[in-house]
Amino acid sequence: MVNYNRQLDRTFAALVDPTRRAILARLEREDGASVSALAKPFAIKLPAVMKHLDVLDDAGLITRSKLGRTVTVRLSPEPMREAMDWLRRYERFWSARLDRLAAYAEGKEAEARKRGR
Amino acid sequence: MNSLTLVRRIAARPSIVFDALTTPEGIACWWGPDGGPVLLAETDLRVGGRFRVRFRMLDGSEHESSGEYREVARPKRLAMSWRWLGGDDSGESLVEIDLRAIAEGTELTFTHSRLHDEETRRSHEEGWNGALDKLERHFLASSNGDRHDQA
Repeated sequence: MVNYNRQLDRTFAALVDPTRRAILARLEREDGASVSALAKPFAIKLPAVMKHLDVLDDAGLITRSKLGRTVTVRLSPEPMREAMDWLRRYERFWSARLDRLAAYAEGKEAEARKRGR
Repeated sequence: MNSLTLVRRIAARPSIVFDALTTPEGIACWWGPDGGPVLLAETDLRVGGRFRVRFRMLDGSEHESSGEYREVARPKRLAMSWRWLGGDDSGESLVEIDLRAIAEGTELTFTHSRLHDEETRRSHEEGWNGALDKLERHFLASSNGDRHDQA
């Protein structure tokens, strides 16, 4: 049962930022990247990247593990899945309505044509 | 991320689609879930004017949403604030609908955004919980008749 809860709040708040989304997208292609590898494409400094990673970690979207001097970052997909489920349910709500709207408008169009307009 | 966009191609001219979206008569015909009636539909179609729709779900629960028209440009564009009515204030989101004339009729682009504004976060939480629980029950109850689409 997926409720709108605090976890979703944290997930959406974490996903609002484009840099954090870019980090997640990168991890999707290359799970287990090092922090320095993740930071490379961005114009911002390493401490700023670390802050973004903290937010993602707090939201449960990534996990970090340290081996020697290298910190490895991995995706943790569950909170994302919950967020998508929530949005998908909302999408179904509107989707069903738009289908009905289309059917209704198409009926009206047929009527208008019959009247020769 | 916290918004939803759906696109539909409809075999009807934009003015007809626009009227279906904005007249009480039109809304009454498509707004409710399959088999559940629209109990009330009111529209004051001008910028700053309000709309209100009340409908009953298949499980007997009733829901009401209302808002204020922000942009009214027949037959091209409609924007309105959106709010679920309930015991709790569920916060405000934004619905935008663009209608583009195409050879077959109309391409409708529907966007529901600001589903998660930081400012209204707490109030959303309360309101959506109840509304979505009921929605989920509805979807579970009617999942056999549900239409899946690729939008």
